[in-house]
Amino acid sequence: MIRTEHLTKSYGPTRVLDDVSISLLEGKLTAIVGANGAGKSTLLSIISRLLDADAGTAHVDELDLATAKSEEVARRLAVLRQDTHMTSRLSVRELVSFGRFPHSGGRLTAEDDRIIAQSLDFFELGDLGDRHLDQLSGGQRQRAFVALALAQDTPYVLLDEPLNNLDMRHSVRMMRHLRGLVEQLNKSVVIVIHDLNFAAAHADHIVALKDGRIIEEGRPVDVMTAPILEKIYELPIDIHVIDGIPYAIYFR
Amino acid sequence: MTTSTRDDAPTTSRDRRARSRRTLIVSSSVLAIASLLSLFVGVVNVAPWSIFEADTDAYRALVIARIPRLIALLLAGSSLAVAGVIMQQVTRNRFVSPTTAGTVESAVLGIVLATMWFPANSLLVRMLVAIATSLLGTFVFIRILRRIRIVDIIVVPLLGLMFAAVVSAITVFLAYRYDLLQLVDTWTTGSFSRVLRGRYEPLYAVLIGGVVAYVFAARFTVVGMGENFAVNLGINYHFVLNLGLVIASVNTAVVVVVVGAIPFLGLIVPNVISMWAGDNLQRTLPLTALAGAGFVLVCDVLGRVVRRPYEIPTGTIAGIVGAVVFIALILRARTDRT
Repeated sequence: MIRTEHLTKSYGPTRVLDDVSISLLEGKLTAIVGANGAGKSTLLSIISRLLDADAGTAHVDELDLATAKSEEVARRLAVLRQDTHMTSRLSVRELVSFGRFPHSGGRLTAEDDRIIAQSLDFFELGDLGDRHLDQLSGGQRQRAFVALALAQDTPYVLLDEPLNNLDMRHSVRMMRHLRGLVEQLNKSVVIVIHDLNFAAAHADHIVALKDGRIIEEGRPVDVMTAPILEKIYELPIDIHVIDGIPYAIYFR
Repeated sequence: MTTSTRDDAPTTSRDRRARSRRTLIVSSSVLAIASLLSLFVGVVNVAPWSIFEADTDAYRALVIARIPRLIALLLAGSSLAVAGVIMQQVTRNRFVSPTTAGTVESAVLGIVLATMWFPANSLLVRMLVAIATSLLGTFVFIRILRRIRIVDIIVVPLLGLMFAAVVSAITVFLAYRYDLLQLVDTWTTGSFSRVLRGRYEPLYAVLIGGVVAYVFAARFTVVGMGENFAVNLGINYHFVLNLGLVIASVNTAVVVVVVGAIPFLGLIVPNVISMWAGDNLQRTLPLTALAGAGFVLVCDVLGRVVRRPYEIPTGTIAGIVGAVVFIALILRARTDRT
């Protein structure tokens, strides 16, 4: 389980995370939502070891992220940040191979080869393995990066805005893939996402942040209500339930 | 799940390793043959069988000058190319190299300082001071790079060349005051004509950096993917970054002290190899080293033949070739972006 206790972080006088304590459920797809500046990225940065908290702790199972050995955490938790700008000239397979680094250093075993091939296949990249990253479309690149996280073979996967720059078709495919990670491979997946309706349609659990605090969490049907969403986004939002899934309508 | 198999492409890492081993064997054989032939180019006529005729002029030329010269230029070329590719990976910038980050000029400043402070200095003292100053210069430049927002890729090498010019100005001023001006030239323009048995052996120190670089090759590649990826994969980002800069600075300083600077080598060789074979250092580091050695070998042989019986310094030839390729690379990088 990924668990934070009383996480607090300030930049100068602005408190971006204020006493955040959450437990992210195992074997579920959890979506973290909130307006810009709500603290989502800061929370993710602390959990991904890129930022130190001012106070509070974050744990992955029994490992304290502030003190545990980085390579040990890397076998437990895979993180893909939003900024995937990469200038390296690598083939898709080479990129995904680096997911095995926490397990076998630079020397790939037959077992590593098998996992790399599986990860490529899972994201339908089998035929693109020898392509270079700069020869891929946006959707293919994004899948290649998530395939790297899958090759890391960790029980927990954290993705920061995995739908960034994807069109509708690729967004739906990505979300189905992430659902597959949970259902077929029994992983715990946490995503930060802006599109509430994708969260409602695919996530098991939604965590809503505002001004550095968690103000709601629960099943999509519990969180996706007009009063709660209005509080989060300070915008009148209608909810329409279609096939049991609440969709937010807020375009006018 | 099944593994995807295609008949035309190798799918296991063992197949791919075998393929890159073949490339490596072919290129090192080419380099070995070229190296052997280079032994017979020069003012004194040397034939292959001279090696068996001790006490002839040809034998002495071979053992005292030609073979040490060959070893020195292979070591210098490969280590500068390795220094360049590591700098480019850890700074994530294709135009950072010993020539375009003030590393070389800082090393020359160190040599001048060592000559001033310890007039009866040994090669070792000079080398240590040069390593210290080139480390300092490189780290200062990297800090400057971090401070400013780079708008255009061309700004980075320009800034580096400006920084190098400032360091050079200090060097020239000091050298002028202490009457060392003629000597500065020997370090800024690399030449292998002074390499003789007994005077180049400290150059073997670059092998240490080479071995460490190879051991850390995969980590340098991951650091080149960016801090986010490196930290996620459990790599100590700042340690690997600094280690890379240390290897690059030390190797550059050692080469400058023993044979002088070979401009642009650390920039153009890694870029050409990266275009051809990619950025996976575990695979491309040996190729880069071989190509660097080959580049210096060609420049040196050219320098020996063009004005026979006189020699044009290797650094001069490398500077001419390097500047042209450098401009081509910059133009290419700019068209790639638009």
